[in-house]
Amino acid sequence: MFPFCFEWAWDVGHLIFMGLLYSVLGAISLGLLYAFVMTWLKITGRERLFQRLLIRFPITLW
Amino acid sequence: MDLALIPNGVQRCSLKTFVPWMVLWIALIAWGLVSAFLCFFKGLNQTNMNHYFAFGLWIVFDLSMIALGAGAFFTGFLTHIIGEVFIYPFRENLKAVVNAAVVIGFICYSSAIAMLGVDIGQPLRGWFIFWHANVHSMLTEVSFCITAYLGVLTIEYLPLVLSNRKLKEVPEIDIFGSNLHHIIALFAAVGTFLSFFHQGSLGGMFGVLFGRPFAFREGFLIWPWTFFLFIHSSIAAGPSFTLLCVWIAQKATKKELIKRSVFNLLAKISGWLLATYILFKIVDTIVWAYGVVPRAGMSFTDFYQGPYGMWLIIAEIGIFGIIPAIILITPKFREKNDLLIIGALMNVIGIVFNRFVFSIQTLAIPVMPFDTFMSYFPTWQEWGIAVGSVGYGILLFSLSYRYLPLFPQEAEMNPVEVLGKVVTDSGIIKRS
Repeated sequence: MFPFCFEWAWDVGHLIFMGLLYSVLGAISLGLLYAFVMTWLKITGRERLFQRLLIRFPITLW
Repeated sequence: MDLALIPNGVQRCSLKTFVPWMVLWIALIAWGLVSAFLCFFKGLNQTNMNHYFAFGLWIVFDLSMIALGAGAFFTGFLTHIIGEVFIYPFRENLKAVVNAAVVIGFICYSSAIAMLGVDIGQPLRGWFIFWHANVHSMLTEVSFCITAYLGVLTIEYLPLVLSNRKLKEVPEIDIFGSNLHHIIALFAAVGTFLSFFHQGSLGGMFGVLFGRPFAFREGFLIWPWTFFLFIHSSIAAGPSFTLLCVWIAQKATKKELIKRSVFNLLAKISGWLLATYILFKIVDTIVWAYGVVPRAGMSFTDFYQGPYGMWLIIAEIGIFGIIPAIILITPKFREKNDLLIIGALMNVIGIVFNRFVFSIQTLAIPVMPFDTFMSYFPTWQEWGIAVGSVGYGILLFSLSYRYLPLFPQEAEMNPVEVLGKVVTDSGIIKRS
């Protein structure tokens, strides 16, 4: 699972499988981080920064 | 007693009625827990699985629940991705049912993973499949994907839980819930990606078994045709299962929870997907019967013997495939309530048949000259865990319905009147 595990090999199979897995886990983590950061901005009264980030976030531009 | 927790503008039964309803499902969960304890304490000898049947009732249940739980990712995909970007009518109609679909998906996946925890025999070593991942194994991909997808479903369920009337009173929780909901499209996209691959790999897992000609299929690149058929069948059955669950909830609560047009849309989506799936399945069966089967030195009838006779293929493709497809794609049929429910139910039964055939019949067929056609029947402990997961599902759905705004159209369709006045705050009911 990790490059420091003994059975890890730098081959195409590992790069595709683990690359996709870590991309997915990264997307989930970024989504959660965004929600936490935006909540913190709102709670601490940083309304201007909150609005800027809300508009700039690509999903809302859809 | 729990009035403060009930969503605004809706009416729920009294706690005196709700508690006995829960006790029934808790009893089923208790049966499941006793069975799980026996399997952990005494081992898998408590089951009728053996060297022939390494997959038993639990895998049939797992595959079926994962397929039926596909309503969550597919409804989310249609609502948040297709609905937001391309086709707007989808969004408004499916928004009425997407919360329920997420709860159903969460129930299906969490119970499937819990069941697998017992099935692997030594759950303390369950992490091996992640840590020492074999990247060429379809089963490894399934393990990673269903675990990650359960995480995604938990995140999708969270905004709904946080929208509970009492929790919403805490500003931090309310803000976090709305922020999470704001980016739900991201999680819907990730969920779609994960579901596509694990639904497919569950089918691919059987399709690559070249030593078992009943399941073996050729395919596209590294993926056997069963990979694509499993995805197709799950997105065909998922919306039907969601429809069925909402209909059961309507009957149990004696209320209309979503508009009839939403039922129609779900049935239409499910019907067309089922019709195309059945077409591909028939082509796949013919190609298999004239390709893989003769090359393996066998005939078509060799695979259908004992309790797993020809009736299975007739039931799977004909009765529970073609008939529900016709019912669901024909507007005048699906507009009749009885036929709509029969069509959805037959679609769901068909997918369970398909998963049963792939899991059990594949293993029942002899592969060595000295083997005979085997059969398998689960023990009460196996039934206990399967039934326990059903109890858990109904319990969680009931709790979600009671305390969370599961159906956005419910308040509008069932206005609560007190002294002839429509109220939007359930607290008023108590005071009157």
